[in-house]
Amino acid sequence: GGGGGGGGRGEEGGEEDLSDSEDSVFSGLEDSGSDSEEEEEEEGGGGGGGREEFCEVLCAVQDIRNTVGNVPMEWYRDFPHLGYDLDGRKIYKPIRSQDELDHFLDKMENPDYWRTVHDKQTGSDITLSEEQVALVRRLQSGRFGDVDFNEYQPTVEYFSRDVMLHPVTNRPADKRSFIPSLIEKEKVSKLVHAIKMGWIKPRRVEDDSRGRYYDLWASEDSSILARHKMHLPAPKIPLPGHQESYNPPPEFLFNEEERALWEQQDAADRKLPFVPRKFSSLRSVPAFPRFVHERFERCLDLYLCPRQRKMRVNVDPEDLIPKLPKPRDLQPFPTTQSLVYRGHSGLIRSISVSPTGQWLASGSDDGSVRFWEVCSSRCLKTVQVGGAVRSVTWNPNTAVCLLAVALDSRVLLLSPSLADRQVVSASELLLSDKEGAEPVQGAESLVTWSEAEGEELNEGIRLKIQHPKAVHQVAWHAKGDYLASVMPDHSSHLQVLIHQVSRRRSQNPFRRNKGLVQRVSFHPLRPYFFVATQRSVRIYNLLKQEMTKKLQANAKWISSMAVHPGGDHVICGSYDCRLSWFDLDLSTKPYRMLRHHKKAVRGVAYHRFYPLFASASDDGSVIVCHGTVYNDLLQNPLIVPVKVLRGHAVSQDLGVLDVTFHPSQPWVFSSGADATIRLYT
Amino acid sequence: MGGLQKKKFERGSATNYITRNKARKKLQLSLPDFRRLCILKGIYPHEPKHKKKVNKGSTAPRTFYLLKDIRFLLHEPIVGKFRDYKVFVRKLRKAYGKSEWTSVERLRENKPTYKLDHIIKERYPTFIDALRDIDDALCMCFLFSTFARTGKCHVQTIQLCRRLTVEWMNYIITSRALRKVFLSIKGIYYQVEVMGQLITWLVPYQFAHDHPTDVDYRVMATFTELYTTLLGFVNFRLYHSLNLVYPPKLDGKAEAELKEEDEEGYAMNSESYSEKLSALGGSLARVVSAGEEEEAEVDQFPVEGEDMEKMEAREKEQKELEAQKRLFEGLKVFLNREVPRESLAFILRCFGAEVSWDKSVCIGSTFDVTDETITHQIVDRPNAEKQYINRYYIQPQWVYDCVNAKILLPVQDYFLGVTLPPHLSPFVEEKEGDYIPPEKLKIMALKRGEKSEEEEEEEEEGEGEEEEEDEDEDAEEDEDEEEEDVAEEMNLKKMEKQRSQGKSLSVKVTPGKVKAENPARLEQEEKAEEKRLAIMMMKKKEKYLYDKIMFGKKRKIREANKLAAKRKAHDDAEKVAKKKKAKKQ
Repeated sequence: GGGGGGGGRGEEGGEEDLSDSEDSVFSGLEDSGSDSEEEEEEEGGGGGGGREEFCEVLCAVQDIRNTVGNVPMEWYRDFPHLGYDLDGRKIYKPIRSQDELDHFLDKMENPDYWRTVHDKQTGSDITLSEEQVALVRRLQSGRFGDVDFNEYQPTVEYFSRDVMLHPVTNRPADKRSFIPSLIEKEKVSKLVHAIKMGWIKPRRVEDDSRGRYYDLWASEDSSILARHKMHLPAPKIPLPGHQESYNPPPEFLFNEEERALWEQQDAADRKLPFVPRKFSSLRSVPAFPRFVHERFERCLDLYLCPRQRKMRVNVDPEDLIPKLPKPRDLQPFPTTQSLVYRGHSGLIRSISVSPTGQWLASGSDDGSVRFWEVCSSRCLKTVQVGGAVRSVTWNPNTAVCLLAVALDSRVLLLSPSLADRQVVSASELLLSDKEGAEPVQGAESLVTWSEAEGEELNEGIRLKIQHPKAVHQVAWHAKGDYLASVMPDHSSHLQVLIHQVSRRRSQNPFRRNKGLVQRVSFHPLRPYFFVATQRSVRIYNLLKQEMTKKLQANAKWISSMAVHPGGDHVICGSYDCRLSWFDLDLSTKPYRMLRHHKKAVRGVAYHRFYPLFASASDDGSVIVCHGTVYNDLLQNPLIVPVKVLRGHAVSQDLGVLDVTFHPSQPWVFSSGADATIRLYT
Repeated sequence: MGGLQKKKFERGSATNYITRNKARKKLQLSLPDFRRLCILKGIYPHEPKHKKKVNKGSTAPRTFYLLKDIRFLLHEPIVGKFRDYKVFVRKLRKAYGKSEWTSVERLRENKPTYKLDHIIKERYPTFIDALRDIDDALCMCFLFSTFARTGKCHVQTIQLCRRLTVEWMNYIITSRALRKVFLSIKGIYYQVEVMGQLITWLVPYQFAHDHPTDVDYRVMATFTELYTTLLGFVNFRLYHSLNLVYPPKLDGKAEAELKEEDEEGYAMNSESYSEKLSALGGSLARVVSAGEEEEAEVDQFPVEGEDMEKMEAREKEQKELEAQKRLFEGLKVFLNREVPRESLAFILRCFGAEVSWDKSVCIGSTFDVTDETITHQIVDRPNAEKQYINRYYIQPQWVYDCVNAKILLPVQDYFLGVTLPPHLSPFVEEKEGDYIPPEKLKIMALKRGEKSEEEEEEEEEGEGEEEEEDEDEDAEEDEDEEEEDVAEEMNLKKMEKQRSQGKSLSVKVTPGKVKAENPARLEQEEKAEEKRLAIMMMKKKEKYLYDKIMFGKKRKIREANKLAAKRKAHDDAEKVAKKKKAKKQ
């Protein structure tokens, strides 16, 4: 126990010199406390650690010092003594005399009660002196216990910037500072290895050849690589025009509408990528805001834009116009309108010139057929037939004077008696020839032949052929005995009928429906029969009774057809403005497509002698073309447009409806929707 | 029967082309690297003739490169450098991540670099080829040299660009190769003729750029990398062709003149020297001193007939050119502070004038404002405070217009405060039928030595009005004739109408008029009809082409007419305003 107390003291060896006064203080304290008994205090106290230390201090100074040391005093609870003094005698516990009442009284009466503390080790009460109380107060407020202690003494620096004579420490250097480091050696050997292996390169020598120029083209080898031949150099930026000037002439500036248009347009559509501006002086010109953009776009063009070699077409447009023979050299052809035949009140669908060339017959929607004298434009005769006339055709035989008229579902044969008596009687004879003979009714009995009577007979109508359907066209054979009629119908094979006038017989040549029949025509010389359907022209051999050819018209809808008097060429007009010329010896495809008209072609015609053909169209014009056909098969026909004839007025989108040539003169007749017939000579 | 079935797209044009992505995979390059390679090597996509065939039947929009081009790229050494660079960047990033600063430093020191000399030589096998393609290089370098030294690209690039452009301008001055200049709203165009090649470039006005965000500066930087190399080599060659020292040095005399001036403004001697060079003030040092080399007279060969005419024309042209080169010789021009110094100094020196400027503007001014021998002072402000009597005060446009007109234009149109005449583009060459602005006509007349039209106009204004009246009368007469024709026609029509309506006309025979037929006109009409008919017979393809050409011609005429009409309206409005003013006074 005593040794422990000594150790505790040893710690405070540094304060030894100051402790003299303290000793006296503590001794005084002990004196005051010696007379009070501490038995009971020891009983009740829990034994705070701080208190014990305090006791230890007391023990060290007291005469009757307890030598048990720093042990819990509970151990001595059941003994009569508290411990042992220096001589080994027991220190007895004071007699327990004080109870709660005593305590209370003591508290009330004793003025020093507040500074009386109980010493557990000695079991006595100690009254603290003034100095001791002051000490306690100082410690409680965190100050030094010693009043005289100066806590702000000047510091003494051990190390200073002044060089001292002697070292501060006298420690000898380590051994490791004299021998090479193993770790470093390892690192160095690694680096050496890396350098040897080429993993680490020594510091590169600064190469200043960059940005240093020399004569690169000193030895110009003219070996041009294939690449250079294929190279397409980028086009240069177009040079600026007057518009780009900072001070352009006033006409190059935008006015309001141009500016509005520019702003409206998409950037790609604009003619100019900027708005021209005018500045009064150079100093007022600002920076161009899209400068960097434009340069960047040029860069993009240079490396991103696909390039292609394009051949610039550099043609004189005059060279493109084909060299045709001059129309003047191709005369005669009709050039001017010379006569107008007026009298009809409806549109005139069909006209026909008599084979002698003296008379002109026309059929109109007003229900009349009129006969005109060609030279004087006088209307000689008007026959009311009672229905819109679709087609009129003179019999091509000069020995007779007959006219076939198609209206509704009838075909009428007229004998207008506009010729010599002989001819008239011949035609009468032709019609009345088979009066006695029993007319053989068509096998199908679809067609009825009947004689005209009474008033009609006086007007010249001789025969009526009643058809089952509306007849659109009639066509004579060149000999003048046979007559073909067309009844267009999608669903029936009964579209074309051929009638023999002399024997009053009719027959249906086709057993099968091959499309909507538009026009039919006989071959002028040989026994062939042309049938124009909607898209093509079929040629039948009437003797062999088979189809010989099928011409593809390359048109949507054929409107009209004419056969060359030689019989080897056919022209077709179509509603899609085209005129196709077929050379039958050459091909079944058109030899030439002519797109001269702006609107649907309504009628086409060949001249009988002259190398002329004409086409009539809804745009109100008749175009006369020169079409020479050579006998020699190697030479292609020569087709030259020679005249555009105008005169007809367009009414209800219909212009010229029919066109026909004079049989002997280079004259052309045309009939139109304006109820006139015009003669061009 | 026998034989293997031919597979589609295994021969022909499909095998000659390669799409961009495939090319990239073949070269094993990333897209930016591929782009860089294409820019440097001048590889561009090709538009195949039959796109669908090449695209293996698909019509999707794709860019195609020639397979040969891509194969050619395969053994390009610079591709290896790109890969090195990629590795370098990777290593550097790693070292940064590990904070190994020594290895960062070491890597930095060993940063891989590459040179483009061989590419230049390969792309432009001859010097003329390089000159032909130098327009874009000049535009780009001039643009980059105006960039601020911060931000968008490396300072070294900007400095290099500046150095190269200054060298180029100095060469142009020495060789007097400038032909045309044009002040546009975008910048200033210059056209020079170097070794027979016309080279045009555009310099922006001296303002700070506000850099757009939608521009990829990496692309521009790659182009600039190539262009600076090209321009450097071209400059070297050009300097040596004139026996000039390269890199350029100022002439000994000029240097001595400049020496005494204040140099303390510049930190480094080299810097002040480059500034002096870029001031374009002094002449350059030659390897062989000037004067020794005289241009040899061109020998004359006797030629005949047509060639003779050509020769003469060429000689005349040559003479004109020589005269143009000496256009400003003998002038002493002072540039005020507010005018674009570099451009004007460049142009004036190109044509032999002496130029100086205010000391505070730039280094290298040779004489002061107070110099009495100054002939012209270029000013761009409403009025000058102090005017010397013996010199012209003119606006800068005079210089540019003179260069384009190839003569010294009268100065009175360009005095201070005068409304300037329009500045016309010298690059427009009007063909037959194009619109020519009246100002150009005036200059052309001036060149031919005629009196300027304006003066004449003023003199003959009174007469002119009378003439106009006469013309009006003539026109009226014509109209009268026409009217008669029209009336006749109307009459006829009326009669026809009546007849067609079936009305019985009062039959009357009136004495007919002899219709005078103009044989010339008839012939013309006949010709026109002939042409019309021939056009009808054209084939479809030719007709299409013909129509297109005619449409283009008509549009051109329409545009010219529109411009003329606009001008006329403007002039009329101005005249009216003038008259009003006169009346008020």
